[in-house]
Amino acid sequence: MTELLEISDLTVHFEINQGAIEAVDHINLTIRRGEVLGLVGESGSGKSVTSFAILRLIRPPGRVSGSVHFDGVDLGRLSEEEMRRMRGAKIAMVSQTPRTALNPLLTVGKQISRLLMVHAGLSPREADKKMLEMLRLVRIPAPEKRAKQYPHQLSGGMCQRIMIAMALATSPQLLLADEPTTGLDVSIAAKILDLLRELSAKTGAAIMLVTHDLGVVAEICDRVAVMHAGQVVECAPVRELFHNPAHPYTKALVRSIPRVDRDVVLEPIPGSVPSLVNPPSGCRYAGRCEWVMDRCRVARPTMIEAGPGHVVACYGFEERRGTC
Amino acid sequence: MGFFNYVMRRFALALPTLFGVSVICFTLTYLLPGNPAMVKAGPFATPEHLAEMEHQMGLDRPFPEQYYRYVSGIFKGDLGESASTGRPVSQDFLQRLPATLELNLASLLIAIVIGLPLGVLSAVHRDTLIDHIGRVVGIMGVAMPSFLTGLLFVYVFFYMLNLAPSPLGRLGPGIEPPAHITGLYVIDSLLTGNWTTLRSSLNQLMLPAATLGLSAIAPVARMVRSTMLEILESDYIKAAWAAGLPRRTVIYRDALRNALIPVITISGIVFGFLMAGNAVVESVFSWPGIGNYAVTALLTKDSAPIQSFILFVAVTCVMVNLAVDIAYGLVDPRIRFS
Ligand SMILES: Nc1ncnc2c1ncn2[C@@H]1O[C@H](COP(=O)(O)OP(=O)(O)OP(=O)(O)O)[C@@H](O)[C@H]1O
Ligand SMILES: [Mg+2]
Repeated sequence: MTELLEISDLTVHFEINQGAIEAVDHINLTIRRGEVLGLVGESGSGKSVTSFAILRLIRPPGRVSGSVHFDGVDLGRLSEEEMRRMRGAKIAMVSQTPRTALNPLLTVGKQISRLLMVHAGLSPREADKKMLEMLRLVRIPAPEKRAKQYPHQLSGGMCQRIMIAMALATSPQLLLADEPTTGLDVSIAAKILDLLRELSAKTGAAIMLVTHDLGVVAEICDRVAVMHAGQVVECAPVRELFHNPAHPYTKALVRSIPRVDRDVVLEPIPGSVPSLVNPPSGCRYAGRCEWVMDRCRVARPTMIEAGPGHVVACYGFEERRGTC
Repeated sequence: MGFFNYVMRRFALALPTLFGVSVICFTLTYLLPGNPAMVKAGPFATPEHLAEMEHQMGLDRPFPEQYYRYVSGIFKGDLGESASTGRPVSQDFLQRLPATLELNLASLLIAIVIGLPLGVLSAVHRDTLIDHIGRVVGIMGVAMPSFLTGLLFVYVFFYMLNLAPSPLGRLGPGIEPPAHITGLYVIDSLLTGNWTTLRSSLNQLMLPAATLGLSAIAPVARMVRSTMLEILESDYIKAAWAAGLPRRTVIYRDALRNALIPVITISGIVFGFLMAGNAVVESVFSWPGIGNYAVTALLTKDSAPIQSFILFVAVTCVMVNLAVDIAYGLVDPRIRFS
């Protein structure tokens, strides 16, 4: 059986006056049915652009190459209309900005039920019934009353629940959750994450959880892909990644997680994300890396096996492994 | 309840503006050269006669008292007297107001009917041929002075092609005005089923409305374009695409509906803009409205009508803005429910 989502050599460039912003650079990723894959990286590393590219929603000046297969279907070959029917129905997205991602002029109930009418062909009455069911599922109190309200009348956490209800209403097979907990306070964020995990288990939907927070990843993901400056540098099952990080960037990320059980000073990651405008060939982490060698600046390391289901792209790791 | 409060608050906010307008209007004529008493008393009046006249007209009183008299006069509908027609300005105004309203509304309609789709298309097809054409049309509309466009239209459509009637007033020769209901000839003749008058009034209205409307297409189209562009980039439109909603729903329901809120404001601004531009167009087409009246007054240094015209335009703008704020509240749930 084919994997649910297979991304190969996906590249996204934005043409600007000074050259091209290489926001996503030849990434390869797979998402299996029903799993929760974490996509981690600092701000600007290309996580959101990746999600939009999966949905074929990158517009000029953005240019996309590479391929995305969903359930064995090459999304690049679909007509625009076929692709539209995929979006929201088979691959749904939960946005980074719950408050502003809802249309201010429509009641939240209407925003959910119209999707059901568009994608599932339900009548208005059936759609409303299903919509209320969804609101109950994401534990919105007094759903009949809330459904008639406008986004600005709801709290951020409530809006995010609405977004999740909206995304799951059409029973998609894949949910792209782009930092679903930014801007929410800790306890609400935890509840939203539990909800996502629970619903994915219930409906069998796979989730690509985009985040810059490894704590979130530890909580609900099965596997993790680490992104740095538009490149995926490491991908591993979640325990493996936390116990045996292979890439120096991942190591730094893991060290920077605040922990209650250990009283250590947090180590910030040295340097910052390099400019993505006409970046040099080679590893984009070279400028910040403690293991950097000459060849890192020249050629880009390819993915190698670092353990069961664990791949990494790093020359430094290759050398070190050879020696011990 | 919330909405009623909102309306009352808006209304309260308009009051200081109106006060300011009346002060400025009054001060302007107070400072303007020329002595109204002299105009009234005639060129051969003796100094005693002149002083007597000034006393009668209250011109020898302190400034605040004069202002007070002026304002209380306005509240009683007393806008002074026109030296050239010898009639109260308020009477002249009332008589001419429908003509101006008819012209301005028709122009606003033209500006919106053309400018709105033009703006939407320019935004949706940004940087393509449509967008460039829209930009050129817009610039031409703004850059051409109205009197020139007006004369050009008259030359081409009346003189050369004979498609439009002669540019003299609101009705063709020998046509009777319709029964007075609203004072707008097009509407009144429609209501009374008076087709001859309807045809004639539409014919007469065509060119001046096109002239005035043309100057307002660009502001409408540009503002629609920029709000539409902004909205097309917003999170909820991105989310709507990501949710697989059909293109026409995303653009013409979600985006356009949100863009229409600012367009309401635009209509308010444009109406004020038309109020100011209308004096020129009315003169070119001998349109018997208040703009034409003010121009005539200006040429004969007849101060009361000028003063009243300024006041009228300002008050109209304030009122239109008030109406716009209220319309805003009706359309936008964020205001309606806060
Ligand atoms: N439309 C665009 N035009 C030009 N550059 C863009 C565009 N969209 C994204 N980028 C660039 O692509 C890069 C990656 O952006 P992206 O939004 O994917 O980051 P991210 O990993 O999601 O960050 P964050 O955690 O802040 O959401 C950024 O450098 C951004 O400037
Ligand atoms: Mg992002």
